[in-house]
Amino acid sequence: MPDDLQKYEDNWETSMGAWFPGEKVTLRGKDVLTELRNYRWHQYLLYGVTGKKSERIARLFEGIWLISCSFPDPRLWNNRVAALAATARSTGVLASSGALAVTEATIYGLKPIKGAMDFLYRTMAKIKSGQMLEDVVRGELKKYRNVYGYGRPITDRDERVAPLMEFAHSLDAGHGEYTQLAFKVDEYLSSSRYGYTINISGVAAALMADEGYSPDDHYHLATLAFTAGVIPCFIDASKKPEGAFFPLRTTRINYEGTEQLRVWGK
Amino acid sequence: MIDEDKQEKITTRIWREVPEDDNPFAAAACYCAGFDVFGDVLRNASYIDYLYLLFKHEPPTAEASKLLEGLALALANPGLRDHSVRAAMCAAVGGSTRASALMASISVGAGNLGGGREVYTAVNCWQTCGTDLAAWEAIIKSPPQEERVDVWMPMEHAPGFDPNGVSCPKPVRQTLAYLAEISEGDSLVWLMQHREKLEAIAGAPLAMSGVAAAAMNDLSLSAEESEILFMLLRLPGAAVHALEQEKLGWRRYPFFGNGLKLMPYDQVSDED
Repeated sequence: MPDDLQKYEDNWETSMGAWFPGEKVTLRGKDVLTELRNYRWHQYLLYGVTGKKSERIARLFEGIWLISCSFPDPRLWNNRVAALAATARSTGVLASSGALAVTEATIYGLKPIKGAMDFLYRTMAKIKSGQMLEDVVRGELKKYRNVYGYGRPITDRDERVAPLMEFAHSLDAGHGEYTQLAFKVDEYLSSSRYGYTINISGVAAALMADEGYSPDDHYHLATLAFTAGVIPCFIDASKKPEGAFFPLRTTRINYEGTEQLRVWGK
Repeated sequence: MIDEDKQEKITTRIWREVPEDDNPFAAAACYCAGFDVFGDVLRNASYIDYLYLLFKHEPPTAEASKLLEGLALALANPGLRDHSVRAAMCAAVGGSTRASALMASISVGAGNLGGGREVYTAVNCWQTCGTDLAAWEAIIKSPPQEERVDVWMPMEHAPGFDPNGVSCPKPVRQTLAYLAEISEGDSLVWLMQHREKLEAIAGAPLAMSGVAAAAMNDLSLSAEESEILFMLLRLPGAAVHALEQEKLGWRRYPFFGNGLKLMPYDQVSDED
C-alpha cells in the first residue's frame, strides 16, 4: 500500500485556510469576515498568494494589471477567444475562462511575465558572480533565441512602459537594482543587431523583483490580470448579431496541402 | 467590393473548402488532406481512421488504425477516481455548465502526474532514448534540467511511471500487452520486454500515461500531437461521469466534511 496516499486519505492538513460552515472563514491565520473584510480586493489577493499585507504593493500590482494587461481589443488573441465565445453565444464566464487559459502564452502573457522576472534574477546573479551583462544576454539569446521581457509581436515599441514607470514612481517604486538592470539590458539589446526593446513584462518583472517577489509570486498575482480587457470584448460581441465577429468566407483558407482529390480506400 | 486576394488568410495543410454557390461563408464541400469528408470519408471510414487522417494527413494502415482504436478505448474513461474526471464531476455536482466540466477535466488532466504534460515529456524521452535501456536509465536518473523557469512545474517523477504506485496495475499490463501485440512499432514491444527493468530504475511502476506515450511513439506522433491527443481521448469518461453526478447532485458526492484539518498559521508577515 502506498504510504503517502494512505497518510493523506481523508486528511488534508493545511494552514492556508478553510470555511467553517455557518461560522467563519480563515485565510493564512486571519478571520476573513472580521480581520480582512476591509481589505481592498488586490490586497486580499496579495495576502492569499504571498502572506504579505502591503497596501502599497497591492496598489502597485493593481496598476501593473491595469496599464499592462487590460486592452479591450478583440483582435488580441486571448480577447478574441472571449469575442468568439460571444459571437457563438456561449456564456460570459466560459468566455473569460477560455481567454484566461489562453493568456498562458509564449509571445505575450504569463510565460513572459514569469520568465522576465526569472531572467532578471538569473542575470543579476551572473553579473554579481563576475560575468558581463552583454555576455549574459548574448548567452540567453543563443540558448533560447529570445529574452523574456524584450521585443514584442506586431510592434517593437511598447507604449505602456513610460506610463507604468510614472505610476511606479508615484508609489516610490522603480528605483531598485532590478529596474536599473532591466533598462541596462534594454539599452544593450536596442542598440545591438537584435533591436529588441524592453516590453511591459520586463518592466513589471523588474518592479516586482525590486520589491522582493519571486517569479512564482509574480505569476500567481498576474493570473487574472487580463480579465478586465477580456470581459468588455465579450460584451461588445454579444451585442452584435450572432456570428458577426470577423466572419470568414471559405476563400480565407490558404490551403497548402495536396491538391490531389483522393478517394478513401483507393 | 472585397478583394479576396488581399484578405488575410489562415494557412493550413489539413483542410480545404469549396463555397456554396449562394453563400461564400458556407462550405459546399470540405476536403481533409485531399479526401472529401462528407461525400466520401463519412460513408467509408471509421471515426478512428478519420482521427488518424486529421493528425497525420494520411489514412492509417490497418495496423495503425487498430492500434489507435485500442489506445482510444483504453484511454476513453480513466475512471471516476482519476483527477481529471473528479474535476469534471466537481463541475457537475455544483450545477455548472457542461462545458466547464470538460474544461475542468482538461485543466486537471493536462498535468505532469498522469496527464497530457507527462505524455509530452515521455514521448520526448522515447525520441531521445528509443529502445536503448542505458539511455533510459541515464535520462530517468539525471533528467534534463531547464535553467529557465516555466509555467509548468518540473517533473517530480520519471515520466510514464506512477510515483504513488506499488506494482504495475493489471489494466496497465493488459493494455500494454494488447497494444504491444497489435503494434507495428518497436516501442510497445520493447516496453513490454523491459517494463520491470525500467520500473526498477524509475523506482515506480509503469502508468497508463507511459503505455500511451509508447503507443503514440509507435504511431509516429510528435510529443505535441501526443499531448493533445491524450487529453482529447480521455474526455468521454469525464463527460459521462459528469452527467451522472449532475443528476445525483452534491448531496451524494464526497465533500470530505471531516477531512480538512486547519493547522496554526505562523508565517504571517506584518509588512506594510
